[in-house]
Amino acid sequence: MLAQLSILTNQFGGTGDIVTQVIYGISLLFFVVFMFYGQRIQMYIMIREVENSLFKLKFMKDEAKKTAIETIKEIGKPSTDPTSRVDRYLDYFTIAPQSMDPAGIVNKLDHILDIRDARLKEEVKLMAPASDEVQVYNLENTLEAAMALNFIYKVVRHYYLQGKKTLSLYTIMQLQMILPLVMKEAEAYSSALKAFALGQPIGDGAGPLIAAKLMHGYEAKKVPKDCVVAKVPFEGRTALILKAEGPGGNVGKPGEAVKTVIEQNKGKIAAVIMIDAGLKLEGELVGEIAEGIGAAIGGPGVDAFKIEESIVEYKIPLYAVIIKEDIGDAVSMMRKEISDAVDKAIERVKTVVMEKTKEGDKVIIVGVGNTIGIGQ
Amino acid sequence: MSNRSTNSTTKISTFILTIIYVVFALSAVAVFVAIGAFYQGEPIETTISLMAIGFITMAMAGYILFQSRKRMASLKTENPPVITTIECAKCNIKTTREFQRGDYVFKELEPCQKCQDQKQMITAIYREVKEKEKPVTV
Repeated sequence: MLAQLSILTNQFGGTGDIVTQVIYGISLLFFVVFMFYGQRIQMYIMIREVENSLFKLKFMKDEAKKTAIETIKEIGKPSTDPTSRVDRYLDYFTIAPQSMDPAGIVNKLDHILDIRDARLKEEVKLMAPASDEVQVYNLENTLEAAMALNFIYKVVRHYYLQGKKTLSLYTIMQLQMILPLVMKEAEAYSSALKAFALGQPIGDGAGPLIAAKLMHGYEAKKVPKDCVVAKVPFEGRTALILKAEGPGGNVGKPGEAVKTVIEQNKGKIAAVIMIDAGLKLEGELVGEIAEGIGAAIGGPGVDAFKIEESIVEYKIPLYAVIIKEDIGDAVSMMRKEISDAVDKAIERVKTVVMEKTKEGDKVIIVGVGNTIGIGQ
Repeated sequence: MSNRSTNSTTKISTFILTIIYVVFALSAVAVFVAIGAFYQGEPIETTISLMAIGFITMAMAGYILFQSRKRMASLKTENPPVITTIECAKCNIKTTREFQRGDYVFKELEPCQKCQDQKQMITAIYREVKEKEKPVTV
């Protein structure tokens, strides 16, 4: 066989001893294979990379479900096994309202989100009958994180299988290109899960933590929906401090709450200051404070819309203070840097209030975010 | 059910392990044959070729095994300890302990051991992260 190979390589210009000829033959073979199958080999390498990430996503999804079931069993003391209910919960979906005629879409979306929220809370109460209100909120957050991981896994698996089935380089390539970002988000949800299950404050709670620190020791009244407000003397002004009601995992509806407080004060508000966790860019430090203008609030946009509507009606200036962190920090247990940034953020809020309002004015300070693990 | 699926995810496939071990055995055979060839006075090129094939395949099999184990290790997420800070407003004594279920910021706890009449309060709950990233110099 070696003699035949030698004759063959000699015909293609290979000379020298048998080792040189073998190496020459192998390189010729590689050249031919890569010429005809290069793209396919590249695709298989990409499929393998996607497969590795999918493997990791499956692990995260399974762990999330396991944690959720264990927490429900531990806290909720259900009489039957909650696994089938959890499976059903993980596949819940929400259909966004039709936007062909966009007039009034915010109210429609708000209504649909209210229904979703109520439905999921009822489901959690059925799964964990022994849990109190705070625990229901925390369990709902835990299940939502598990739901997000389940959804990410299913979508990535869908495109992976579709790409593999059709051997479409472009489907696989697109998936492989966005995977690092998808994995970062999935890892964030995965670490959030434990925080939600245990009721620990998360990075997104920076806003409510600042509000809680400002209102602590003053009487807090409930305002719709799921929020609290306290009247606090602040640098010679009266600050109406707003946050979601804690310590359960809850973001409340700050849009509704700000609107209510402005109307209760007949629009006589000198400024609205919103404090929230803001996404940092790579290279920026966690816990950095930045200041700006506008509604500092994430989510589907309903609350931002309502706040903007209210301030426009009464011509109230709207300022924003953000504490920078990345998506992983925002949904996982609060980092020390974020906890330490609270005092710096309060100083920045004081500066804004002193510079932009007069003594005796009323200002609204809103701590936006999930108040899990933070009281008032 | 979830336990089973988790275990299947965290194990290295038996099929891959079998292939790795077979390749290891074959590469060891190649090395032994190379040594035999050397002592039997075969041309030195044959010894070198067989030795190279043996070591290269052994290294490749070892690399695949190492990568598989590394992938398994990367699946395990580390959970840094979460610290609860407790303060007494009267005597300003600050203590820290590990987080316990039910802790929340501004939760009132048992009275301070020093001044007795003032209840202690949780003032912060956080985790400390050892930064893996290198500081940005640009």
